[in-house]
Amino acid sequence: MSARTHDQRAWWKTVIGVVFTAVMLFPLYWMVNVSLTDRSAIRDGELYPRAFTLEHYSTVLHDQLPYLGTSLVIGLATVAITLLIAAPAGYALSKLFVPGRRLLNFLLIVAQMIPAVVMALGFYSVYNDLGMLDTVWGLILADSTIAVPFAVMLFTAFMSGIQRELLEAAHVDGASYWRTFVGIVLPLSRNAAVTVGLFAFIWAWSDFLFASTLNRSGDRRPITMGLYDYIGSQNLQWGELMATAVLASIPTGLLLVIAQRYVAAGLTAGAVKD
Amino acid sequence: MSMTLLEKSAARRTARTGGVTARRRRLMRPGMLAGIGFISPLVVYMVLFYAYPLYENVSMSLHRFTRATYVTGEAPWAGSAIYHEVIASPQFWPTVNHTATFVVVSLAFQYSIGLALAVFFQRHFPLSGVLRGLFLVPWLLPIIVSGTTWQWMMDADSGVINRLIGLVGIDPIWWLNSDHSLWAVIIANIWLGVPFNLVILYSGLQNISPDLYEAAALDGAGPWKQFWSITFPLLKPVSAITLLLGFVYTLKVVDIIWIMTRGTGASQTLATWAYSMAFGKGASAVIKYSEASVVGSLLLLIALCMGFVYLFVQRRQEA
Repeated sequence: MSARTHDQRAWWKTVIGVVFTAVMLFPLYWMVNVSLTDRSAIRDGELYPRAFTLEHYSTVLHDQLPYLGTSLVIGLATVAITLLIAAPAGYALSKLFVPGRRLLNFLLIVAQMIPAVVMALGFYSVYNDLGMLDTVWGLILADSTIAVPFAVMLFTAFMSGIQRELLEAAHVDGASYWRTFVGIVLPLSRNAAVTVGLFAFIWAWSDFLFASTLNRSGDRRPITMGLYDYIGSQNLQWGELMATAVLASIPTGLLLVIAQRYVAAGLTAGAVKD
Repeated sequence: MSMTLLEKSAARRTARTGGVTARRRRLMRPGMLAGIGFISPLVVYMVLFYAYPLYENVSMSLHRFTRATYVTGEAPWAGSAIYHEVIASPQFWPTVNHTATFVVVSLAFQYSIGLALAVFFQRHFPLSGVLRGLFLVPWLLPIIVSGTTWQWMMDADSGVINRLIGLVGIDPIWWLNSDHSLWAVIIANIWLGVPFNLVILYSGLQNISPDLYEAAALDGAGPWKQFWSITFPLLKPVSAITLLLGFVYTLKVVDIIWIMTRGTGASQTLATWAYSMAFGKGASAVIKYSEASVVGSLLLLIALCMGFVYLFVQRRQEA
């Protein structure tokens, strides 16, 4: 009997929860809705795409494919750089003796707090001197700064959990630090690496600020700039704009669904220590 | 000198761990070499991609850069003159005001909505995991996507928001025009920030023992009482970190504001001001790199202070 009332209450919460979620996700529904509505009917603001069309998508897919490709390259390269820098650093900070460790930890925290616009101003000046403006590589390097401090802290926190005895046993068996790192620490840190990679990719994919400052007129520009060009165009086509927005969201949305538990773990690990 | 220090720290370590001594001491020095080896890519990276750009930023704020001198690279030294000009400019204090409003109102709503939802999701119910996961989606979508969507929803003539408030008899609002733009971007920013607050606060709630609630329930405390006497006090450390990080993130927001309103009118914050002075005007001649860097350096200073506050809060929690 009491179990039954408990069940009923639980289902009530589900209903309320669905309503909350629907309110929260309404803007995203609206984006999809507009992207599927024929141009003539967009200003009617129907609650569902009554004048259904896929025309926006076919237009946009054709125009935006190169941008999507560039974003993919930028995202993957950013992930690679972030992992290459952060994983060894996490190993050093958690398991080895590093002079000035506390200072470094502090700098990593501050680095995450620096406004991107400040970094962009600095990068713009540096890249201007080096002739790296409007290059994909320049943008990749700049994008990696969004993720590296977070990644180092996440790896450090994760790798501190690896048993010291395990590593010392390897040393006794004559394994070098490099062998220990590659053979034991890295395989055990797979989850941390997935989380880091996921965030590095999403942040690089979503980046607007660096792209709009460091790669304003390059040949190869990311999808955020493809979208931005639409916004700036004289006769703004909301249907095509929203279709582009949907396309730009798909990769991050997919990653989010596939790797949800990593996302939650990463979010909390970055901010809260148990 | 440094050797003795090292030995001391080695000795301290062996003393702390007790018995295992000889081997560990032998590992100590190669251990440090390896430590330096593994950390050096990060150090080089931080110097090249953090210190150098930040140095350039500060340097630009101290030299008078214009479009011409930016190209030739021979900007004259200006000292603190540009700082004085920026602070004395008629835009400065209103912008600080907008920024403060933007940050405080955003944080207040993000935090309270996030906390309410976290408490709502605290006890599992059917589908709770899935729904909680869906709440994350807005946070991880590209902000430019969310920004354009809100921009369209807030369109004065055909936006869905004006239509909705029209149903309850409110006149259409020109959301994105300069008077209301601050409120428009605050609403969108609250929406963006709720997921982050929800996740962090939810994970904080998971660390509160259910026994406490059971004991309180036995003593006859209702949900409201339980919240104020158990949940809220025990969540204080997590709340402090959440609000602190929220403050930092909100202060540096550019994309959502820029995409919705181009930082026009009341929606100009310090961050969008810096952005618009350096990059906003496209190819026209009014680009003000130095002034932008001044505002950037002020933001940098705030970030540094917040880093200290963060450290302080964290230390106190560990103590």
